[in-house]
Amino acid sequence: MHLACILPEVILTLAGVLIMLVDPLLPRTASRKPTGWFSVLAMVAAFAASAWQLHLAPGTAYYGVVQTDAFSVFFHLLICGTVLVALLAAIDSVRPEAHDMGEFFALILLGTVGMLLMTSAVELLLVFIGLEISSISTYILAGFRRRSGKSIEASIKYFLLGSFATAFFLYGIALTFGATGTTRIAAIAAALPHTTTPILAWTAVGLILIGLGFKVSAAPFHVWTPDVYEGAPSPVVALMSTAPKAAAFAVLLRIFYGAYPSIQQHWWSLFWVLAAVSMTLGNLAALRQQSVKRMLAYSSIAHAGYLLVAFTSFSLQGIAAASFYALCYVAMNVGIFAVISHVGGYDDHLWSITDYRGLAYRSPVLCGAMAFFLLSLIGIPFTGGFFAKFYVFSAALQQGMFGLAIIGLINSGIAAFYYLRLLTALYSKPAQGSPVLAVPRMSITLGLAILLSASATLLLGVVPRSSLDLAQRGAGTLFQTGHPAQAAVQVVNDAPSQ
Amino acid sequence: MVVPIAYYLVLSAILFSIGVAAFLIKRNIITVFMSIELMLNAVNLTFVAFAHQWHQVSGQIFVFFVMVVAAAEAAVGLAIIIAIFRARNTLNVDQVNLMKL
Repeated sequence: MHLACILPEVILTLAGVLIMLVDPLLPRTASRKPTGWFSVLAMVAAFAASAWQLHLAPGTAYYGVVQTDAFSVFFHLLICGTVLVALLAAIDSVRPEAHDMGEFFALILLGTVGMLLMTSAVELLLVFIGLEISSISTYILAGFRRRSGKSIEASIKYFLLGSFATAFFLYGIALTFGATGTTRIAAIAAALPHTTTPILAWTAVGLILIGLGFKVSAAPFHVWTPDVYEGAPSPVVALMSTAPKAAAFAVLLRIFYGAYPSIQQHWWSLFWVLAAVSMTLGNLAALRQQSVKRMLAYSSIAHAGYLLVAFTSFSLQGIAAASFYALCYVAMNVGIFAVISHVGGYDDHLWSITDYRGLAYRSPVLCGAMAFFLLSLIGIPFTGGFFAKFYVFSAALQQGMFGLAIIGLINSGIAAFYYLRLLTALYSKPAQGSPVLAVPRMSITLGLAILLSASATLLLGVVPRSSLDLAQRGAGTLFQTGHPAQAAVQVVNDAPSQ
Repeated sequence: MVVPIAYYLVLSAILFSIGVAAFLIKRNIITVFMSIELMLNAVNLTFVAFAHQWHQVSGQIFVFFVMVVAAAEAAVGLAIIIAIFRARNTLNVDQVNLMKL
């Protein structure tokens, strides 16, 4: 029973360690592609194991440290699916002769273990360890093109600012421990209303929000994002702009709704400010970017802002909308970065928006996929991006957050402008006299990766019901544990009818 | 004589603030990295003080994990720093600026 609760993590750990062990035994010249295939296989197995966990009775394991419930399974499926697409996109876009690719795939698998642990942990110690496992692997992955000055610069910036953020997160945990005497999320929620030092808890909330704000790149803690996305190899950006962020959002939901619901009046305004600043700053800065990857980096900051809107509405709908937004965001973002990692090349020789002019004439299929993801990022109906925004803003409106909803809608308009700029560039004739750079033929794995993410984006926009149901079930488990008082009221109400 | 817990907390808050200030002011990457370690140690002190106050061993266990993670971070961080020195021949933060912020 205990092992079943962490089965996906166990599978991925074993696979990652196995690749690390086998990789040095292979001859230097041998292709490392089989390790990539093996990691794809392991990720499929982890995905299946997560889906199987849905049938387990919700419960905790290992002395109440990890919890299997609809919420953790939702994010397990989301993360495994995203990493699977990122792996498929990476297999062929990295140089086949590179002899260090075994490490590359092993680090992705081990980083995923950290992300999965973050979503299922209900003890802040394990949340911290999971966060660090995933962060340390992505620090290395960001600098994987060691010869390139930009890549290693991205790595050091990500490392320094990431560790800085971790220290804030840890200080927040320490102060929570001081206020309540425990680091278990459910126990914190129970002890917090009776604490004698609420000032510690309020400070802790602020510090934890700073720490996790860095990880989800919410403004004003976003400064690392554009540089890291520009410098890191595109297949890595496909991974780190999606799965770790979704995991960090899951932790935010788990901590703030699970542990701090009783001091909600102190933190919702922080989320309000964070959401408004992230949306506005992200979109305005994206307007003036020339590099496609930098533009998408700022767009991801804006999307983090939209997602944070859902946090301000303290309701079941709010949590469900946030989870659903995370799902749609990762589906379209991993897809567009999969396209970019192929078109731009592993060394990013095509990087500016003008380089992408006329892509429709060189590679219509890739261009069609990219256009579809851009439409979804804008939020056009029949794409996941539309329903994601719709649910987030309707959850905000239900709680009377009119100001924030208006800011969000104005921002969606601004965002459409820069996405359309890239979109028109894709379908316009290349500039006179500019050299026509050939795009290599699309490989089967890349096609599969794009197909998976595009169909996920489409399905989320046409039939969102099943995934939304799971998100709502997950929100239900979270909201109940955070509200012992409300659950008690429900029991009282139900009693006479029995 | 029993030292009140407030003393420990104030000391660790000061250490943490020195770490933050050094992170923002210092220009050498190694020094910047050391200031992060200072922040982590301030957190450790807070944990130990609270563990003593609550008579809970879990706070001290947390400190061990923070140390382990800090060591792992140091290993990766120093490797990245060596790589950046090889690529750029400098450890000054202001000269690691291929990409504008």
